[in-house]
Amino acid sequence: MNTTVRENRNGEGVQREQFVAPVSSVIEDANDYTLQVEMPGVNKEGLEISVDNNELTILGRRSLPTVEGTLVHRESRSDNFRRTFELDPSIDTGKITAKIEHGVVTLVLPKAEQVKPRKITVA
Amino acid sequence: MSLIRYQAPSGFAWPTLGRLSNLRDELDSLFELPFLSNFANQTQLFSGWTPALDLYQSNDNVIAVVELPGMRKEDIEISLHEGMLTVSGERKHETGENGKAERSERYVGKFRRSIALPTRVDASKVNATYKDGILTVTLPKAEEAKPKKIQVNVA
Repeated sequence: MNTTVRENRNGEGVQREQFVAPVSSVIEDANDYTLQVEMPGVNKEGLEISVDNNELTILGRRSLPTVEGTLVHRESRSDNFRRTFELDPSIDTGKITAKIEHGVVTLVLPKAEQVKPRKITVA
Repeated sequence: MSLIRYQAPSGFAWPTLGRLSNLRDELDSLFELPFLSNFANQTQLFSGWTPALDLYQSNDNVIAVVELPGMRKEDIEISLHEGMLTVSGERKHETGENGKAERSERYVGKFRRSIALPTRVDASKVNATYKDGILTVTLPKAEEAKPKKIQVNVA
């Protein structure tokens, strides 16, 4: 879903926050999966990545450039990004690494040793 | 033998069925589904990638802000022709040699985005910066397009 709404109902105040699901791609090779998520306007400080059980959640808060002047035409959305991915059990969640460069988050999700393809030498 | 009424499998998971108070919100959010909200952007099916562009105007400048995540600075091209600002470029494929793309929603390839500028600008003083995947192009207005104060002289 493109927009997820997160609600915190504490007492009477209802806080809602709207998120946009960012565009992503997954590449698999022998040792790991590479997950790339597009988050324009998000930098290292605005990025929150968490793993809970087998769910990986990436939350990106935008820090958009402040532009002086009045808006005359708009196509972008100011909502923050959030997307949850279900992880394959073969992924070693303790060894996930992440970086963000030019608004693209790259996560490397290594496969656990026992599922990697290996050659068995014949004695 | 017991008879059980046939239930058609629903096309989508109905979110949070128990919370009727949120039903309206959930319905609202359905309209935010990718194929509806991005409908205007779906032209990219035919013409590639159309990055989102915002345009601002101040007294001295026209500023264009374009979302271009994951580009290399060298691969972005900005041109100005007859009052049209064009941002174009190409996003290169980054897959490793052994990697096979399993699922990709990201656009790879050439793109081109043009917008008519509201006023005349000084093409020789255009400045562009690229940060966190966002390109900001500042185009100073031509002298004749700037708002002017006219002094009233007392005769």
